Amino acid sequence: MSKYYVGIDVGSWNTKVVVVDDTLEILGKSVVRSGADLLGAAKKAYEEALKAAKLKKAKVESVVATGFGRAKVPFADTTRTEITCHGLGANQYYPASISVVDIGGQDTKLIRVDDTGRNLHFVLNRKCAAGTGAFLEEMARRLDVKLDDLNDLASRATKHFRLGSFCTVFTGTEVLKMVQDNEKVEDIARGLYASVVLRVSEMGHLEGHVVLTGGVIAHNPILKDIFEEELKIICLVPPEAEFIGALGATRVALGLDDESAKKKKKEKSKKG
Amino acid sequence: MIPARGAVVQRHLVRPLKSIELFKQVITRNYHAIRDAAEGGRARIAWCTSLGPAELLRALGFKVYFPENHGAILGSFRASEEFIPVATAHGFSPEICSYLTSDIGAFLRKETPLRTLYGFKSVPKPDVLVYNTNQCREVAEWFSYFGREFKAPVLGINTPHHVPEVTVAHISSVVDQINALIPHLEKIAGTRLDMNELKRTVKLSHDACVEWKGALGTAAHTPSPFNFFDGLIHMGPVVIMRGMQDAVDYYKALRKELDERVKDGIGAVEDENYRLYWDGMPMWGRIRAHSNLFAKFKACVVASTYCNTWALDLLDHNDPIRSMAEAYTSLFINRTEGIKEKYLLDMAKDFSVDGIIFHDSKTCPYNSNTRFGMPMRLEKWFHMPNLVVQGDVCNMRLVSDTQFDTGIEAFIERLMLKHVEGGAL
Repeated sequence: MSKYYVGIDVGSWNTKVVVVDDTLEILGKSVVRSGADLLGAAKKAYEEALKAAKLKKAKVESVVATGFGRAKVPFADTTRTEITCHGLGANQYYPASISVVDIGGQDTKLIRVDDTGRNLHFVLNRKCAAGTGAFLEEMARRLDVKLDDLNDLASRATKHFRLGSFCTVFTGTEVLKMVQDNEKVEDIARGLYASVVLRVSEMGHLEGHVVLTGGVIAHNPILKDIFEEELKIICLVPPEAEFIGALGATRVALGLDDESAKKKKKEKSKKG
Repeated sequence: MIPARGAVVQRHLVRPLKSIELFKQVITRNYHAIRDAAEGGRARIAWCTSLGPAELLRALGFKVYFPENHGAILGSFRASEEFIPVATAHGFSPEICSYLTSDIGAFLRKETPLRTLYGFKSVPKPDVLVYNTNQCREVAEWFSYFGREFKAPVLGINTPHHVPEVTVAHISSVVDQINALIPHLEKIAGTRLDMNELKRTVKLSHDACVEWKGALGTAAHTPSPFNFFDGLIHMGPVVIMRGMQDAVDYYKALRKELDERVKDGIGAVEDENYRLYWDGMPMWGRIRAHSNLFAKFKACVVASTYCNTWALDLLDHNDPIRSMAEAYTSLFINRTEGIKEKYLLDMAKDFSVDGIIFHDSKTCPYNSNTRFGMPMRLEKWFHMPNLVVQGDVCNMRLVSDTQFDTGIEAFIERLMLKHVEGGAL
């Protein structure tokens, strides 16, 4: 008889939940706005995901919370940071040595993981919105376009601008200058994405295959193309990019977060 | 397993030291003596940098006041955020040392926590200000500002920077500068320097430093009886009371308590499971929060570059001026990257640490060893797990608590797997 596991990723923008069985097949998922009531969002997304999976809570073996609001999920059996969970989740699709770039609503992480998903090294962005979803949201407002339209606009760009990436406010000033100079909004939109890429590239060396995860890449698929064009690398985007953190949390729930360490221990004891 | 963050957190995860009561007594006594001297005209006041020639000043009868300690108090009281903008509005960049901007901002506002803590009317008026640039050159500008404000002479030692091996030439340069200070200081003090008194003061300074080093050294035991956050408090006397009997007596008492903890197997952090090293400045406005955060993960920050800075065991009363010069020049902070790397690796080994936390302090580039690739080199060449955290020494507006907490927790998760596979480094 199957057992069921739940990963809850309480992000700064959205709360994502996935329900899996013991083969890690996704049976149900849900995403709701996190808002100011993080526990309420977690509960709602959990219930919706269970409904999608046609499961009752009683059937759930373990719940693991991750994300910036992980502490606000008292019904979780344990928590892990989104850094660990994005590594594990990305590894689920790409079981190799990879660099995971998780661009979230309020922060960006660069995580290097081994072929089992083990976090070997990670870097967080500085205390600055530049290079995050919040940056794109603010810039969309400056351009007076909907955030959801930014991706399509950028896809029609004909010029490759580079905008400053050190400060959201000053980049906004640059955007206004470009508007005054009658540059096309499509080209400015692409320049904004290029700014995000530049910011990520300076966080650390991107080793191995580069896997892009998180809500920003899920809703702005053009970022993959711009990463590849700007940095001359090949990027991979998993099918459930927005749910990668939650999926990684289910691996913790299944006790599959320390496979590499257990393997190494076994090897050590054999040698010993 | 790391406990669920929503779970009730056990209290008293960090065991307080009984010595804190004696600590309060000796620090209060020292500040009262400075206050009485300043406000009652009983002795001359010298302002000194934390690794300036305090021994010489004491030997000449000055009461010695340390503005950096005042900066740290402002940071601990989270008053810096109020005062830094005042200094900024007077032309001091928010990018420079936040000890400096906190201190000058508080002065411009005519405020000081010394008023409520120790009954001062204001910061003590200096008769002379003496700096040493061995930790950074900004202290010279800092002291020059107050020299102008108080119309007091500013004297300084410009220690060689970025020193590889400390040579006779380096030491001679500092010896000459110390000797050059003496006639000026004698004139201000109104007395001649008594070499026997200088030897006595250097001996007291040395003894306090050695006891302090011994106290820090007890953290090599597992579990560690002492952690970095305790150290930030208990380092007070070795910073501001070097050359005083009270400091020696205090560290003997602290050492005794720590030795007892070692004997009884009592750790500073309950159920110590991870041992970490902290490089760089503390974040003074987050000491308690950070202490509790690490303890929650059963992590003890067993050693630090910062606290060890004042373990000046090179001081030698038989050769006071030369040994002062050598001790002040040999500091970690003004050495080359290669020397620093070796020091960190040796410390990591001696204290059996699982990893290093590097604090990249926004306004303290001199004491942030993150800016020339060192953390990456230590990880790549020596497989030393480490984490760089962004923050600041006093300006808590430059600290993102969520990012800090997540970074530390993720680092512990990384180390947890290292423990699963068996063994630390």
